[in-house]
Amino acid sequence: MKKSYRGKITGPVAGIFALPAAVLIAASTCLASIGPAIPNIFKPESTPADSIYRLSLLVLSVTGAIFVIVFSLIAYAVVKFRGRSADGPEPPQVYGSNQIETAWTVIPILTVLILFTATARVIHAIQDARKPAGAIEVTAIGHQFWWEFRYPALGVVTANELHVPVSDPAHPSPTFLTLMSADTDHSFWVPRLAGKTDLIPNRINKMWIDPHEVGVYVGQCAQYCGLQHAKMLLRVYVDSPEQFAQWIQQEKMPAQTTDAANEGRRIFETTACINCHTVSGTVADGRFGPDLTHLMSRETIASGAAPNTPENLKTWIQDPDAIKPGSLMPAMKLTDHDLDALTAYLETLR
Amino acid sequence: MSSAAITRPSAEPKWVLPSRGRVGMFSLIAAEAAIFTIFVVAYIFYVGKSLSGPAPKDVLELPIFSTVCLLSSSLTIHLAVRALRNAKVGAFGLWWFVTFALGAIFLVETGREWHHLIFDQGLTVSTNLFGTTYYSLVGLHAFHVTVGLTLIALGLIFALLGKVKPEHGERAEVFSLYWHFVDAVWVVVFTVVYVIGR
Amino acid sequence: MASDSIALNLVDHGARPIGDRLHDWIVTVDHKKLGILYILYGLIFLVIGGIEALIMRIQLIVPHNHFVSPEVFNRMFTMHGTTMIFFVAMPILFGFGTYLIPLMIGTRDMAFPRLNAFSFWLTAFGGLLLYYSFIGGSGLYGAGEAPDVGWFAYAPLTARAFSPGHSTDFWTLGLLVSGFGSIGTAVNFITTILCMRCPGMTLGKMPLLAWLNLIMGGMVILAISPLTAAQTMLSIDRYLGGHFFDAQAGGSAVLWMHFFWIFGHPEVYILVVPAFAFASEIIPVFSRKPIFGYPVMVGATVGIGFISFSVWAHHMFTVGMSSYGNTFFTVTTMAIAVPTGIKIFNWVGTMWGGKLQLKAPMLFCIGFLFQFLIAGLTGIMLGASPFDWQLSNSYFVVAHFHYVIVGGILFTIFAAFYYWFPKMSGRMYSETLAKWHFWLFLIGFHLTFDFMHIPGMLGMPRRIYTYEPGRGWEIWNLIVTIGMFFQIAGVIAFAFNLLWSAFKGAPAGNDPWDAWTLEWSTTSPPQEYDFAKVPVVRSRRPLWDLKHPEDPDWKYDQ
Repeated sequence: MKKSYRGKITGPVAGIFALPAAVLIAASTCLASIGPAIPNIFKPESTPADSIYRLSLLVLSVTGAIFVIVFSLIAYAVVKFRGRSADGPEPPQVYGSNQIETAWTVIPILTVLILFTATARVIHAIQDARKPAGAIEVTAIGHQFWWEFRYPALGVVTANELHVPVSDPAHPSPTFLTLMSADTDHSFWVPRLAGKTDLIPNRINKMWIDPHEVGVYVGQCAQYCGLQHAKMLLRVYVDSPEQFAQWIQQEKMPAQTTDAANEGRRIFETTACINCHTVSGTVADGRFGPDLTHLMSRETIASGAAPNTPENLKTWIQDPDAIKPGSLMPAMKLTDHDLDALTAYLETLR
Repeated sequence: MSSAAITRPSAEPKWVLPSRGRVGMFSLIAAEAAIFTIFVVAYIFYVGKSLSGPAPKDVLELPIFSTVCLLSSSLTIHLAVRALRNAKVGAFGLWWFVTFALGAIFLVETGREWHHLIFDQGLTVSTNLFGTTYYSLVGLHAFHVTVGLTLIALGLIFALLGKVKPEHGERAEVFSLYWHFVDAVWVVVFTVVYVIGR
Repeated sequence: MASDSIALNLVDHGARPIGDRLHDWIVTVDHKKLGILYILYGLIFLVIGGIEALIMRIQLIVPHNHFVSPEVFNRMFTMHGTTMIFFVAMPILFGFGTYLIPLMIGTRDMAFPRLNAFSFWLTAFGGLLLYYSFIGGSGLYGAGEAPDVGWFAYAPLTARAFSPGHSTDFWTLGLLVSGFGSIGTAVNFITTILCMRCPGMTLGKMPLLAWLNLIMGGMVILAISPLTAAQTMLSIDRYLGGHFFDAQAGGSAVLWMHFFWIFGHPEVYILVVPAFAFASEIIPVFSRKPIFGYPVMVGATVGIGFISFSVWAHHMFTVGMSSYGNTFFTVTTMAIAVPTGIKIFNWVGTMWGGKLQLKAPMLFCIGFLFQFLIAGLTGIMLGASPFDWQLSNSYFVVAHFHYVIVGGILFTIFAAFYYWFPKMSGRMYSETLAKWHFWLFLIGFHLTFDFMHIPGMLGMPRRIYTYEPGRGWEIWNLIVTIGMFFQIAGVIAFAFNLLWSAFKGAPAGNDPWDAWTLEWSTTSPPQEYDFAKVPVVRSRRPLWDLKHPEDPDWKYDQ
């Protein structure tokens, strides 16, 4: 352990360099080659996320440069000024230097000024953006533990899976969201589309997205809202204009049921289901739980906690805690026969 | 060696540091000021925001008499402390007692005001935002008055037992700082609640 | 002499029965004993908080894991955060301050010794009250016991409607009580430092540890009260039907956030400033040079103290403040980086041209420098408000603040342990075991907290008991959990080192480090009365002056 370290970088000191280098390499490799389903903030597909991404490049460069400089100074000092032994004369007792203090006060102040001006511009660009004529308006209401989406101008109410049209930069059709909450605080976060904005009871917040690419973007609630915060997932379907129009058309219609599902419908409408759920065109008009009028148009149930299959539907109705323990959906305790009939009815709600 | 004088320069100026009691009390007052600030901020934030129920201008009357009593008690406690410093223990006892009486009157008047608000006007802490913030802020202040009165009463008992001496003047003065602070808070609360908020 | 000394070993001497000695510790008002009580209390809760972290990390090691239920997980992150901040970091830092301040300013005890004891016992009781919740509370949906609302307990989740039972109240009351203890300690620190310095020790000549604890004390006075106020308001809501944070009655959830963070942000500076104090005492001694730029260090810390009260809403960038609000808090947050950076440069300046002794205290301080630099830089990233709209409430933030608290504060706490352990116990620790501690902990720390930044950048929010597969988070969570085991190994080496050395370490002597501040002129451990004769000082390094009479500090204009 008493090897001379004069001028050489060996052993533990090398380790100090190796680990951060490994981290940086690992991080950049992985972040660069991430697939589309991954909510990577460095793969923006919408203007707010993109503005943030560009700002982040500036911030990362500046902080990266600061890191390299200061880290090098620390590492150099540790290597160069290591005392050979505890004996011997003390080094020169320097108390300080006004010039050096001034230098390393002024330079950080200038750096902060640069960072701040760049940041202020992005803040205003995103927050104070004006709503163009072609914008889609959506009201998002956070619940424990699901998302209610209403399109007031289009007469559509749905849950958990948000459909928006892709936005062509030449003729923008962004989606402007109004965010509210029915109970506790929540936060709407789909990283590839925008930064997050909170949903707070008794308060109205606003955000906007203008996705550039058709596809599905995932996210989830980002403000701890209670027991099942972890499974309050989000899916944003960015549709082509035709797909979007078709979806709206479908969603506007009241429930289309067939006679085959009458028994299930009767069970639905005479059990407690209608207290919490709405099926438009029927007596069911509860607002506590998601609107089920077009349940089968969704790929997942329980706000993304499980795929939308008949099996999962049955499990969800009989024993929600098996999928999402602590969610506010009660176990309905139906007989097997009733459960099958009910599920058959739900399956018709396209 | 356990320790030694390090150096002894020949001509040493007298080493004087602030009094512990004062610095400690000022620190405590700063902490208390911070807590009152938060309650005042909450009060101001919620002015006019109650969704229902009585509003301040409907139910609040200016508590002039109790305010005069409380603020005068600052003067009387100052007189008490000055008397003690001048070795007039009897005068100290007298002014100290008057301070207690004035503070007690303030508390009684507050109690009467609250009785009226609760039973005649139907304003409780749970009625609306005004009720919540009003009782919290005025109540917090009244609590501090009560603590002060308890300590004054203790001092009064010591005085009656003949145990208070002129050398306790410093302690009495430090305590009076607390009492002055309580009065100063009342000036703020009075202004915010009864003047601005109404 | 033996019966006066405060040796940590209760075993030898045989002079007095153990019952008497324990009684001494319970009724003591001596700042040294109280300091040690604070530190031991903090160490016990460090282990408990660490277990809570371990439980969470095992749950998160793979997606959709079933190690613990969501109820238990939510209680774990709430208790882990609350414990580590209020019952580990604050007690240990206050404990070192209580022990060291009188010794370093040349006086015999704190200004108010009984208040000192009262404050300790309030803090201790607050922690016990919080932990009693595991037995006595009941949380969300009646299914839990300990509080599960997160350490910042946002309204309206804490309202009766969403948190029935008493678990939230244990959080509220436990912290209320320990908050009074903190204020008492702060009053004591401020009064002692301003009113009891030994002759000759002007404010410009006192050790940086005294200065920084003075500033920290001032911050505690102003910052804890907002928390006390907010918790009082919450209790009024929960028990008296108040509406402070009741959305149905027009109350505001955001108001709680403002009040909490007006406390919460200065609080983290309250934690880091004493850590700076340790670094400012240790780095000079192990570089064999005085601190570079003493006046600037004081000024920068005063600046940090003030600015820290103006940045709080950077925790609230996503709640929908106006662009002007967000801009203002971005400015202040970036501004605080300037004095903080100046301090880092000054520490490097202290090392520059010195003769570094790479013993355990210095190794931990170097780790602190490196890690605190990174933590500050990720803090600047988070201060850029739009970037924060992506990163806030994600694992990036969790990585950032653990970098500060573990990589910064805990590293300096370890350094302080090794530096002052000889003084407090009279014995030297094992340097070999300390180096094992350092390297194991360093590796574990970086495995866990470097890689923790990545899931945050890939969209993983915090406070989730499980996560979806296929989002690219799995490998990082695995590495993060593995790092924990290295840290545990390091802490075991640390605990063993302290325990073994307390009984079997070589005698340390008064001044094993050839240091320069007054505590090293007393015996190890110091006598009950600290100083037989009150010292008189002429410079910032009284022992340097003694040891170098041909070249004392007071000859130079500093």
